[in-house]
Amino acid sequence: MPSISPVNPETGRERLRTYAPFLVLLAILALNALVTPNFIQTGTARNMLLQSFPIIIMSLGMAMVIATGGIDISVGSIMAIASIVFAKLALDLGMGIVAAAVAALAISALFGAVNGLLVGYFAFQPIVVTLVTMMIGRGAAAVINDGKIVTFYDSNLVDFGLYQVLGVIPIHIFIIVIAVVVVFLLVRETVFGIYLQAVGDNLRAARLVGVDTFRIILSVYVACACLAGFAAIFETARLASADAINLGKLVEMDCIAAVAVGGTPMRGGEVRILSTLAGALTMQAITTMVNMNDIPYAYSLVIKSVIIIVALTVQKEK
Amino acid sequence: MARLSLLFRERTVRTALFLLALLLFAWLMYGEVFLNLLNLRNVLRQTSMIGLIALGMTLVIVGGGIDLSVGAMTALASVTAAYLSRESGWMAIVGTIILGLLLGLLNGVLVAVLRIVPFIATLATMMTFRGSAYLLTDIKSIPVAPGEKAFTQIGRGYLLGAPLPALVFVGALGILYLFSVSTRPGRQIFAIGDNEEAARMMGVNVAWTKILSYAILGLLCGLSGIILTARLGAGQPVGAEGWEMNAIAAVLIGGTLLSGGVGSVVGTFFGVLILGLISNIINLNGEINAFWQRIVTGVLLLGAVFMQWRPERQGREKL
Amino acid sequence: MAERVIEMQGISKSFPGVRALDQVDFYLEEGEIHALVGENGAGKSTLIKVMTGMYTADAGEIRVAGERVRPRSVFQMQEAGISTIYQEINLIPHMSVSENIALAREKTGLFGRIDWREARERARSAMARLGLDLDVDQPLNRFSTAVQQMVAIARALSLKARAVVMDEPTSSLNEGEITNLFRLIRDLRDQGVSFVFVSHKLREVFDLCQTVTVLRDGRLVGHYPITELDHFSLVSKMIGRDARGILGRHRDGTDKGERKRFCELNGIRDGRRLQGVSFAIGEGEILGLAGLLGSGRTETLRILFGAEQPEAGEIRLDGVVTRFNYPREAIARHLAFCPEDRKVEGIIPSLSLMDNIAITNLPRLSWRGVVSRAKKLALAEDYIQRLNIRAAGPRQRINTMSGGNQQKAILARWLSTSPRLILLDEPTRGIDVGARAEILDLIRRLAGEGLSVLMVSSEWGELLEVCDRILVYRDGRVLASLVGEEMTEDRIIATIAGEGRHA
Repeated sequence: MPSISPVNPETGRERLRTYAPFLVLLAILALNALVTPNFIQTGTARNMLLQSFPIIIMSLGMAMVIATGGIDISVGSIMAIASIVFAKLALDLGMGIVAAAVAALAISALFGAVNGLLVGYFAFQPIVVTLVTMMIGRGAAAVINDGKIVTFYDSNLVDFGLYQVLGVIPIHIFIIVIAVVVVFLLVRETVFGIYLQAVGDNLRAARLVGVDTFRIILSVYVACACLAGFAAIFETARLASADAINLGKLVEMDCIAAVAVGGTPMRGGEVRILSTLAGALTMQAITTMVNMNDIPYAYSLVIKSVIIIVALTVQKEK
Repeated sequence: MARLSLLFRERTVRTALFLLALLLFAWLMYGEVFLNLLNLRNVLRQTSMIGLIALGMTLVIVGGGIDLSVGAMTALASVTAAYLSRESGWMAIVGTIILGLLLGLLNGVLVAVLRIVPFIATLATMMTFRGSAYLLTDIKSIPVAPGEKAFTQIGRGYLLGAPLPALVFVGALGILYLFSVSTRPGRQIFAIGDNEEAARMMGVNVAWTKILSYAILGLLCGLSGIILTARLGAGQPVGAEGWEMNAIAAVLIGGTLLSGGVGSVVGTFFGVLILGLISNIINLNGEINAFWQRIVTGVLLLGAVFMQWRPERQGREKL
Repeated sequence: MAERVIEMQGISKSFPGVRALDQVDFYLEEGEIHALVGENGAGKSTLIKVMTGMYTADAGEIRVAGERVRPRSVFQMQEAGISTIYQEINLIPHMSVSENIALAREKTGLFGRIDWREARERARSAMARLGLDLDVDQPLNRFSTAVQQMVAIARALSLKARAVVMDEPTSSLNEGEITNLFRLIRDLRDQGVSFVFVSHKLREVFDLCQTVTVLRDGRLVGHYPITELDHFSLVSKMIGRDARGILGRHRDGTDKGERKRFCELNGIRDGRRLQGVSFAIGEGEILGLAGLLGSGRTETLRILFGAEQPEAGEIRLDGVVTRFNYPREAIARHLAFCPEDRKVEGIIPSLSLMDNIAITNLPRLSWRGVVSRAKKLALAEDYIQRLNIRAAGPRQRINTMSGGNQQKAILARWLSTSPRLILLDEPTRGIDVGARAEILDLIRRLAGEGLSVLMVSSEWGELLEVCDRILVYRDGRVLASLVGEEMTEDRIIATIAGEGRHA
């Protein structure tokens, strides 16, 4: 077969889009290494990963939702309700931790299913739909325990949060690695992954080639909600408390920012899992840098916003 | 007003009827306690701040955009007003309004010139504005200069028996209504939200019109921040948190479409009052947990969305 | 000699990989209706976009009323007196008619208040000039496409347009609306307005225009007074060879009428266009659907494929009544569908060529949901070779490929599902001559292997070339079924025009 060069070869800009998130992450890490005392020590890096746990886990779900051309701003509220359900069931009803966790995941999945149904079947705009579940979810979470914090004294749960796989790797890091690998393979190597991108890229064409677009959209929102619930259980364990008012507040914004900085386009049709990971780590590295250097927390907000704007300007197509 | 399409009128009328029903309900349930002048004044005063923001948000949404930074913008404005009140009351008012305008311009430029998706652009500025408010104040509330009694009257005072903030809100409603139905820039905001490409070809300066809508919203956030500071007697760096979502909810409940091109500030006015009344009813009841307010708001929003649903938009037939 | 409203000389315009216009001249005289014709890809739409300021030409000069202009925007050309009416109405749907006519040019009074009375008066008189009496306060989207088009024309006139460019204006209008539009265009011409008229329908060109400019492969073929041309000579100029050979030809061997019926439609109505359509397709038969745009051909295909639901009527496959709620159910019964608009409904732009081909077959190429890359690649390469798809490789993003190769990829996508019936909606639209011949060849070959084909095309020559039988549609009904010697372009035209009903 004669070799033909593409009409539109990969441009420098596209290459930049691919590598930019990693370059930004490297730059932030390098800056951190310079200015933050002891940053290179494993303890600091490990802490950074531990703290970024919920953002990373939830960004994975958010990246999939955004790939279908949607958005989910209800994840923070889902965290809150999962956390409070988990705590109430485990403490007040004396359910086992595992059973309580399953129940928390189930309620998260229910919220995700409502999102998916309204977006996928009724074709409402994802922002409005998830704004509704965001409000109802947060309100319901607060109503359950009258807005009061539930505190754990359960040593099992605290131990669980401190568990180290094979005695060296903290369980959070272990789970991050597994989750990233699983979602990475899911979107790259499976039928679901290709359908997911097709739905976000060209919904009508996807229907005409026989994709059950409703099922794809539904599963994506359910997955996103379950990841939020999952993150909530770990956060509850880490903090040894469930706070329906404050847990996961504005976390949706961090996740969306991580996905955007990672170069996944907001219009959908593409998903970049490793870049999303880089985006989430970048966000956390900024927070870590600011915290470790006794700089006011507000600076991290300002730095993050500048990075978001620069990243989106650089990655813009055309 | 014949030129207001029936569509708008139907939506607005629907929202207004709902508001009436709610008023009736509140009156029947709580009678004198509810109809009490003090209570009604309070409802108006409390809703006026989010109300101002929601009016501006209507224009931005009608123009096809969205602005998540309004809460942070209001907080930054509130802090600025407190600081400027040390110079003079007038300084605080004029300076803060100008600040709001500039912040809104910044949002507009990011969206219209750098062409960043509005959701992300204003998400970023939300962090910037909130961060700046924190940095300016070290996250402490900033008292208004003690001598500025006149300034605090903006938030607390009355004119002809009506709370001043409510008058500002209603005044802004009147101006924005006229602006949106019968001025060129106002109509062009509707045009770009409805069909941006067509509007461009018809000679509308799309970038400028978008920037204008964000700038107006910024200005209104400045006003809202002034009222917030005046009412509480101090600038609030952590104040107005989450107002963006309440404002958006009020706009959508008022019948404006998130897809752009269709909406009205009058509908938003009713939407704001509905949310304010619900909050009031929950307060008056005393037995219901205050957190129910969010749930009710969410359900109302869902209802508003379903009102706009057309079967042909349903997934399977959208081919 | 009348004044030249528009004069374009030596216009060239290239896009990455394509030379869309090469040294093209064009002129429009005052008070004439000037047709611009050519096959798909001849450069008509590029020329129009240069003329109206949407594109900037790489070379050449443009004069409006003798004055040199360098258009940078559509708005600027409108100011100069050249307005465009697009196929897709480019107005603001939720705004009133009067506002659509006045937008961005309203007269304003104190505090910038728009003078609505003046705007309404202006709109009324503009609509009256077009002979239309309507409530100008109603939102635009309450009116039919035809009326919306009139509003667009009214806007153009209220901007003092001297020339109006109309791009395929009749494609979504019915016969009556077309007659109205033409009457209006002639009236306005008599008042001194000039028109550039782009249409695929040659009958309309002969009906309406005085002058014809023919483009082919981005080059100018020539300008001709309409009186110098007849139907065949015009088509010959468009395609660059003698049309008689093409237009009259049909497949060797007439239909035997003994095919086993695979699919039957009975009295299909959709509540909009289709007024009861019935026909049957045999195994290995190539059945063509001819008719004007909007006559119900596309709707028939979509209903058959489960993309839309019929209101009445039944579909039988192998004699069994069937109902498809979703395309995927039709696919499971071995139906396939290449939609009309490749960009909107065909390709999945960000995915690779390989994924675009494999997407209909993923469950078969995977094990427990995990796609086998090797199998996917093998499938794609097989079809790339079989259909002679030109690409840098199976991993090239499909939206960087040419239209013809995209269409082949879509065919490949469906052929790999081993369909029994393939529905083709305008399979050669926007495709160059070479790829088109390959696609038509392929269709014949597949039918020879027993695949049934139902094909919609606006180029009747193409139907005559490949089909065993042609159904002629008009106004949502099948008016005639043409076989063998009956299959001629004249016969199709006669049927559509309302003579010789067969039903």
